[in-house]
Amino acid sequence: MNIQKLVLPLSLQDISQLKQGDKALLTGILLTARDAAHKRLAECISNKQELPFDLRESTIFYCGPSPTPDGKICGAVGPTTSSRMDKWTPLLLEHGLRAMIGKGERSEAVQNEIRRMGSIYFVAVGGISAYLTRHIVSCETYLWEELGTEAIYRLRVVDFPVYVSIV
Amino acid sequence: MKVRVLESAYIEQELFAAIQSISFNPDPDIKFCLQKALDNETSPLAKDILMCMLQNLKAAATDRIPLCQDTGSLVVFADIGCKLQILGDSLPIIVNNALRRATSELYLRASMLKDPLFSRINTGDNTPAFFHCRINPGDSLKLKIAQKGGGAENMSRLKMFTPAASEADIIDFVVETVLLAGAKACPPLVIGVGIGGNFETSAIMAKEALLQPLLMHNQDLNYANLEEKMLKAVNNTGIGVQGMGGNYTAFAVHILEQPCHIASLPVAVNLQCHSHRHISIEL
Repeated sequence: MNIQKLVLPLSLQDISQLKQGDKALLTGILLTARDAAHKRLAECISNKQELPFDLRESTIFYCGPSPTPDGKICGAVGPTTSSRMDKWTPLLLEHGLRAMIGKGERSEAVQNEIRRMGSIYFVAVGGISAYLTRHIVSCETYLWEELGTEAIYRLRVVDFPVYVSIV
Repeated sequence: MKVRVLESAYIEQELFAAIQSISFNPDPDIKFCLQKALDNETSPLAKDILMCMLQNLKAAATDRIPLCQDTGSLVVFADIGCKLQILGDSLPIIVNNALRRATSELYLRASMLKDPLFSRINTGDNTPAFFHCRINPGDSLKLKIAQKGGGAENMSRLKMFTPAASEADIIDFVVETVLLAGAKACPPLVIGVGIGGNFETSAIMAKEALLQPLLMHNQDLNYANLEEKMLKAVNNTGIGVQGMGGNYTAFAVHILEQPCHIASLPVAVNLQCHSHRHISIEL
């Protein structure tokens, strides 16, 4: 198994060197977004509003963290099922989304779009949140706090373990 | 008739302790199953993931961070003895009080919505729990408690077979369910199968089947053999750990069966992820 350490945000050049099945240890910023946040991002685009962050520099993590306990850096984090985001993903890819982390298979259409745009889809292991949380050095609410766990959180990660699924 | 009395505050405290335990510790046999899979699996990728899963068990217990960020919806099966009286609140209220307290004090995720289709507003405290209750002889209170994640639950299925269906047809349905689930249900899985009953009880049996000890088999030899056949067929799919291939798609299949109508043969399949969080207590 090929293991690569990568610094986020990923460049198209970084992505071109990765192969399906590679393990990657990511260091940098992840932005969480799951169903409700995707719906809002898509609404921003369809209403021609400016997006709250540059998708080309973003690694979106399909994740709804559990609350941060007192005295800890972050609650439990882990991937949710990616295919639920398939409805909105082609639109985000069209607007430059560089990288995604989730769990499970993607639709044919999303697979094609990821490859066409030179983006990448990583899978993280589901159900190992306490282990993944050890790779987080900071966690803050970034946007849409009213969505609770479905808000966008900004996570700073060090050697966060993922596997290349679609590239 | 002599009646045994339990205070609602005592039951709530025991429920809180049970939720606390499963938030950080899965079924005790999960560790054994993960270790066995790690010893026997040949794919380096699957081995790597299994090692992470084993490390997660230690990290959750040590760091007091939940095993999975989806701390689930709470499912409770209660068997109440008819000679037992509960003083104070009623049992569904006690369950939700314990859940509310656990969600807040243990920093569990609020994943329940008030309205499923229109507002989809979060209740904020992970209530309500899914509560099933039966009245039995005796004076004890038996509670089976589980945190059920949404990913595996979403991939569960139910089919109203007719009496023409064979054992092979039912095995195929279970395998088809697992194939459709792929990596989404977070394999290695535990699979609950409800056979017979009617539309709703088959699904309830499939859920309750998950809540027995992981390595236990059906008491009826025919169904115990069917569990083995299903497990073998599921593990032959090659989906493997987290959909990465290999021989460990599921750790166990549990069947519960019930009498059914002459026209029917309902079969429900409830999938559970490897983060198999459940406990049984008796008060």
